[in-house]
Amino acid sequence: MSIEILMPALSPTMEEGTLAKWNIKEGDTVESGDVIAEIETDKATMEVEAVEEGVVAKLLVAEGTEGVKVNSPIAILAEDGEDASAVEAPSAKVETPASNDETPVSAPASGGSGSAAGGDEGGASKASLASDPEIPEGTKMVSTTVRDALRDAMAEEMRRDDTVFVMGEEVAEYQGAYKVTRGLLDEFGPRRVVDTPITEHGFAGLGVGAAFNGLRPVVEFMTFNFAMQAIDHIINSAAKTLYMSGGQMGCPIVFRGPNGAASRVGAQHSHDYSSWYANVPGLKVVAPYDAADAKGLLKAAIRDPNPVVFLEHELIYGESFDVPDVEDWVLPIGKAKVRREGTDVTITAHSRMVGFALKAAEILAEEGISAEVIDLRSLRPLDTDTIVQSVKKTNRIVCAEEGWGRMGVGAEIAAVVTAEAFDYLDAPPARVHQEDVPLPYAGNLEKLSLPGVDDIVKAAKAVCYAE
Amino acid sequence: MTSKRTSKTTAAKSAVKAAGKDELLQYYRDMLMMRRFEEKAGQLYGMGLIAGFCHLYIGQEAVVTGIQAALEEGDQVITGYRDHAHMLACGMDPKGVMAELTGREGGYSRGKGGSMHMFSREKQFYGGHGIVGAQVALGTGLGFADWYKGNGKLSVAYFGDGAANQGQVYESFNMAKLWNLPVIYVIENNQYAMGTAVKRASSEIELYKRGISFGIPGEQVDGMDVEAVKRAAEKAVAHARGGNGPYILEMKTYRYRGHSMSDPAKYRTREEVDDIRSHHDPIDLIKKRLIEGKHASEDELKALDKDVKAIVNEAAQFAKDSPEPDPSELYTDVLVEV
Ligand SMILES: Cc1ncc(C[n+]2csc(CCOP(=O)(O)OP(=O)(O)O)c2C)c(N)n1
Ligand SMILES: [Mg+2]
Repeated sequence: MSIEILMPALSPTMEEGTLAKWNIKEGDTVESGDVIAEIETDKATMEVEAVEEGVVAKLLVAEGTEGVKVNSPIAILAEDGEDASAVEAPSAKVETPASNDETPVSAPASGGSGSAAGGDEGGASKASLASDPEIPEGTKMVSTTVRDALRDAMAEEMRRDDTVFVMGEEVAEYQGAYKVTRGLLDEFGPRRVVDTPITEHGFAGLGVGAAFNGLRPVVEFMTFNFAMQAIDHIINSAAKTLYMSGGQMGCPIVFRGPNGAASRVGAQHSHDYSSWYANVPGLKVVAPYDAADAKGLLKAAIRDPNPVVFLEHELIYGESFDVPDVEDWVLPIGKAKVRREGTDVTITAHSRMVGFALKAAEILAEEGISAEVIDLRSLRPLDTDTIVQSVKKTNRIVCAEEGWGRMGVGAEIAAVVTAEAFDYLDAPPARVHQEDVPLPYAGNLEKLSLPGVDDIVKAAKAVCYAE
Repeated sequence: MTSKRTSKTTAAKSAVKAAGKDELLQYYRDMLMMRRFEEKAGQLYGMGLIAGFCHLYIGQEAVVTGIQAALEEGDQVITGYRDHAHMLACGMDPKGVMAELTGREGGYSRGKGGSMHMFSREKQFYGGHGIVGAQVALGTGLGFADWYKGNGKLSVAYFGDGAANQGQVYESFNMAKLWNLPVIYVIENNQYAMGTAVKRASSEIELYKRGISFGIPGEQVDGMDVEAVKRAAEKAVAHARGGNGPYILEMKTYRYRGHSMSDPAKYRTREEVDDIRSHHDPIDLIKKRLIEGKHASEDELKALDKDVKAIVNEAAQFAKDSPEPDPSELYTDVLVEV
């Protein structure tokens, strides 16, 4: 019997990849463990090893083919004793999107203004960016992934200030576990891009000490799940010292990394810490959604004289958005952004949930409900003015967050609007959040557990009594 | 490789004797089972049936096989996320392990834990932990409970060379020796923590010496030779069970695959991996001893491989056929109902 070799998934989030190179040709004998091909994903180039032995009967996908779907057959092996030349290729044609598309996937959209990069969200973000007073008329927009925007922010700040350095696990030689620090070691060398041992409590404390002594550390946690090892230093050492020292001892440090759920990595690797850090006086807490905010807010965080917890999201690292091509793109920390204007209901969200809120707003629009979407961007300080003003207009609010609801971000916002806009509310504030359980691994349960677009739509309709 | 140690131990020297035929065959079969299981897991990952992180143990089989062979029933085992082989070594059912990898009802955690989080009270396997270094303190606590109960049992905490730099490891060492707890610390030094070679992260790369300042004896062992592992483990077990407190075993070993399934492995050369694979493979070594000692023929070993493959295939089939957990499972097991 012949064996089909399928396009493997090489990471939890991979759906397709480029078959960059074949290391075998038809007629070759392969043993398990032999490298048969090289595959490119958005994160890396990886070697694929054979798991079965046999003779290569057919290569079904040409070298250089982009967008090969995970699990589609890429080659056929004849087993021992079988006649390789007699093996038939599967009749169903392999699904390979046009590989003659001359524009590389990540190339900036030429001309910028016309094309909405980054799919659905592109349009929405472009519309609100265009009305953003901080961008001069005629500024060129460059389509950039969130991942690269974060990297650009660090690189620019490191160029302008020698006291800025980056430290964390796998940030230098490996180029970052999620490739956010790609290229920094090359440009800045090992003094300023520091690979640490796996010792979060230690290097977070070291970072705080270095900040006390005049440096501006950017401490990367591989994910914020591991910052729990270090949270004592983030809170007891970084957040409280200015106060305890009567204002003498500031701590200009950034703690950054991916926060929240990734994809099927289970309870210990999928925790949203937004409300934890937002609870602590002495910290600033930023959680951007798109690439322009990621860049502008990270630059601001690095320049800020205070400790800033900067919450990123693994599942939007690879998404592209327009970033204004201006000399020094720095945004104020503490200002929310109205990403879509509306009149019937306010939806607040931060980080990845902003994308869901925007999609929900589109669906609601089709059903005649006009939703205003506020991207919180900063959780501490929280821009309560923008939220309250919006609620005074719409008279309804849905607070969406990825993490657990109890004592959460939405609970805080509900309290704020109840206190400050009580007379304007036509319905009790609604919250959308993760189910109140640790995140399960099983695919169906994970889906049930995490909040999505539908949950926001449902909550918005409920506060509009539109069910 | 000659074994290095920090100090004479107070344990009685166990006489070095070569393993007999049955023992060798058992090692061979156990290690082959782990290898075939992991190969299958890698394959199912590639097919999208296993998701998230999936850390394979291929190359390191001699470590857990040799250690477990020296334990008694009732001793506890705990490790990190590279845990599939440890569960098999504890006698857990390959079907239940594989079905947890696919996130199905038939899995050891009923699909709610995944590759990194499985447990079996019955087999005294305490996980399955995703936070690097956590199992060292937890394993020390398992040993504390043995000491407290005076039950003559001990605990084994497995952790990596990277984990060996976590602060809680040294907090644990101190308490374990302070109270002479029956704990064996097995450092699986596979030479890399993700993309970081030991020498880039550790000021002292001889990890068996990490207990010196606490007075814990340590020994470095060829972790690719299951017989050497077993001998060292017997000594450590006698030490710990004899009331002399903890013991550190540094196993020099190697992982053939990437850190997890999504590791481009640019931090080491293909040649390095191939060299270990073709000259130091733990399974080939035992195969050679079996054949040269005339304990088994090539054909017998092939037949054994076939048996093992059949069990693994059966496990994979079970893991595909087992249904996804019922949606109501989402809300169970958060707290013990009282
Ligand atoms: C506290 C913590 N920090 C970081 C990680 C991410 N991480 C997972 S495994 C790993 C490397 C561990 O290497 P090692 O201890 O040598 O074990 P090996 O993977 O080689 O078995 C890292 C950094 C984590 N899971 N937990
Ligand atoms: Mg290691």
